[in-house]
Amino acid sequence: MSEALRIIQDPTLTYKQELLALARLGESTDDSLRYSDEYYEAKKKGALCDLNEGVMPYRPRYICPDYELLFKNGCKFLDLEPPKDLLEAVNALEIFYCHVPSITSFPVYLGDLDKLLEPFVVKEDRAFAKKVLGLFLRNIDRVQTDSFVHADIGPEDSVTARLLLELTEEMQLAVPNLTLRYDPEKTSDDFALACVRCMLRTAKPSFANHRMFVKEWGERYAIASCYNGLSIAGGGYTLPRLRLYECSLGAKDVDDFLTRELPRHIDLQLEYMDKRVKFIVEQSSFFKTNFLVTEGFVKQENFTGMFGVVGLAECCNHLLGITDKKKGFGMNREATALGLRIMDAIDARVKAHEAPYCEAYGHRYRLHAQVGIDTDGMDDSPGTRIPIGVEPTMLEQLEVNEKFHPYFPTGTGDIFKFEETWLKTPEAVLAIIKGSLQNGLRYFSGYLENNDVVRVTGYLVKKSEIEKLRAKKQSLNNVTVFGMGAQDGGHALDRRVQHHDESAGQ
Amino acid sequence: MMRAPVNKIIPFSNVDGPGNRTSIFFQGCPFNCLFCHNPETIHLCRGCGLCVQSCPAGALRMEGESVVWDSAKCVGCDTCIRLCPHDASPKIRWMTVEDVVEEVRRAAPYIEGITTSGGECTLHNEFLIELFTAVHRLGKTCLIDSNGSFDFEKDPRVLAVSEGVMLDVKAVERHWSDELISHPRDVVLKNLDYLLSVGKLHEVRTVILPNRDRENEETVRYVAAHIADGCFYKIIRYRPYGVRERYQKLLGEFETDAAYAERYAALALELGAKKAYVV
Repeated sequence: MSEALRIIQDPTLTYKQELLALARLGESTDDSLRYSDEYYEAKKKGALCDLNEGVMPYRPRYICPDYELLFKNGCKFLDLEPPKDLLEAVNALEIFYCHVPSITSFPVYLGDLDKLLEPFVVKEDRAFAKKVLGLFLRNIDRVQTDSFVHADIGPEDSVTARLLLELTEEMQLAVPNLTLRYDPEKTSDDFALACVRCMLRTAKPSFANHRMFVKEWGERYAIASCYNGLSIAGGGYTLPRLRLYECSLGAKDVDDFLTRELPRHIDLQLEYMDKRVKFIVEQSSFFKTNFLVTEGFVKQENFTGMFGVVGLAECCNHLLGITDKKKGFGMNREATALGLRIMDAIDARVKAHEAPYCEAYGHRYRLHAQVGIDTDGMDDSPGTRIPIGVEPTMLEQLEVNEKFHPYFPTGTGDIFKFEETWLKTPEAVLAIIKGSLQNGLRYFSGYLENNDVVRVTGYLVKKSEIEKLRAKKQSLNNVTVFGMGAQDGGHALDRRVQHHDESAGQ
Repeated sequence: MMRAPVNKIIPFSNVDGPGNRTSIFFQGCPFNCLFCHNPETIHLCRGCGLCVQSCPAGALRMEGESVVWDSAKCVGCDTCIRLCPHDASPKIRWMTVEDVVEEVRRAAPYIEGITTSGGECTLHNEFLIELFTAVHRLGKTCLIDSNGSFDFEKDPRVLAVSEGVMLDVKAVERHWSDELISHPRDVVLKNLDYLLSVGKLHEVRTVILPNRDRENEETVRYVAAHIADGCFYKIIRYRPYGVRERYQKLLGEFETDAAYAERYAALALELGAKKAYVV
């Protein structure tokens, strides 16, 4: 059976999912973008992975438009005037979103919704504003049917942010993903606690370390897709990843890995990125004719390439001959120290590389702890995470995370699953978040174990939607299928639950 | 160097006082409550060695008269605890104040304070005084979780270095108290009044047992009338988890119904205990 026939006969694909699958298939028929034989060999071995970005990039992977510009000047291509009230503002965004490309063909960054909409929201009656925002969220969930669609709020409190939190809790939707930019001086405890309650019940928002991101990107940064730090009016050209476990398989020992196999694979991935970035900028039409570029919603110089890694835990365990994961990376000082040496080596080599078309960030690519894909199974844990199923206490897990998160300006994060009693003590959760961000954690996600909406690796799915797929029915959300794969292959929903202490009081 | 027997330290706990806290459980308790759900904390190990042969991980050995526990080998199966005829545990650490402070220091960025519990932590008051003084230097608060067996008024030194006490009032009626906690309850009730009068009572806890209408009501009435809105009143549903089998048979092999427990919270509220709630 041809691949095309398989796609159009798949009963679990919606029409739009079929269309996207067929487009990917069409793209794969061209081979004018070529890499070295050594690159293909490493890819075949699974040491390099292009995340199925497609062989012919016709847009950057992630695009973060400057929505403030839309509200200031309108958009000529879409024939939109600057909005004058809340209805016009929401309508303009809904239209604009449909024209923002990405690797998934859905907009991965919806804007800082509270800042964008607050001037309009405060002019309206609260109930009316809530009604409009509720319809706006419903439109996003049903039209932008992909969990990598992401909106940001904070760091300051606002009427809009509060309404979005209320609606997020009430509506229990997987889309959009949501991040609070948290700054201990700008984010009030009251607002942060509202976010904690919402996060426990709906698996969002996550908490981003605002100060850390500002230091790296300036004030105008976006959190897009899973947890990706990028420049507003910019984005990420490409995101391939080193699968570090597979990279380590050809090494004789730690030294051989650090001096030969690791640099070799880093260079192959850089070769891929350079060629791809040049192709997007020089060959494809995006940066020449797309209205986002011609009207200034994005600027080519604000883009960078994202250098991804996965499977650091398994790589360290393999190099040290550790077969019992419970005694490996995250629990074992030697393995964790090796992880830091490996990250230092990757960081230094990528920083030493002059990257094409990354003008705003010193002509450099930036590191990304890739969150894993459904086919990774148990071989490569997401980014630098401790493998699921062997997580130590939350304190120890945070301590390990805090060491690794600073390496990744284009994103990393960890997820903590709480049992129900934490809902009664949001201040305890906030204390943990505050402490960890203070200590260098970049991004904190949490959810309650019994939720329907859950965070798989970085994105959200509904457990009830996974069940639909299992019953061979369609799921509107493109990402549900990844959630099912990550659950089956990587046990992604079986992470350690943070229990309350059973011992008090009886 | 002063050492105290520590059963365990939980770095993050959200049920032992306000915010996120590090909970330190000391070994040894003068009570022997029927519903105790960690009875292995009641006594110190006598070194009988019964558990040593049965340890499937080979994590226990005799050294002279004592059982020695190797935490690296331990797989946490709790066989030793189930076998112990003395309500003790071989898995305790004799820690110095600095040992404990070191663990608190690690958790310090994420916690509001510590709570000492047990067993009964006030058996180790000299230790607590030093510990609390050191933890205050870290800018963290120190709460005492106590069964009320220690007379705080008689020796107020530990209270002076603590932010407050979370007090169990398990039984009020004398005969019921003798049966339930195997200890006179007078000192508990004296502490209730004293701690309230000096503003150091953070919360009172009462466990509501299934089908014990009279006993439950007497205790809740007494506590609620005494504390009014002076502190939190935590009404805890009995859960059979961890309770010794013979006492489960006596008290109930099922947990207290939530609605039944809510009745006592309502009664407490009615009697003026404005901060009563069920967990």
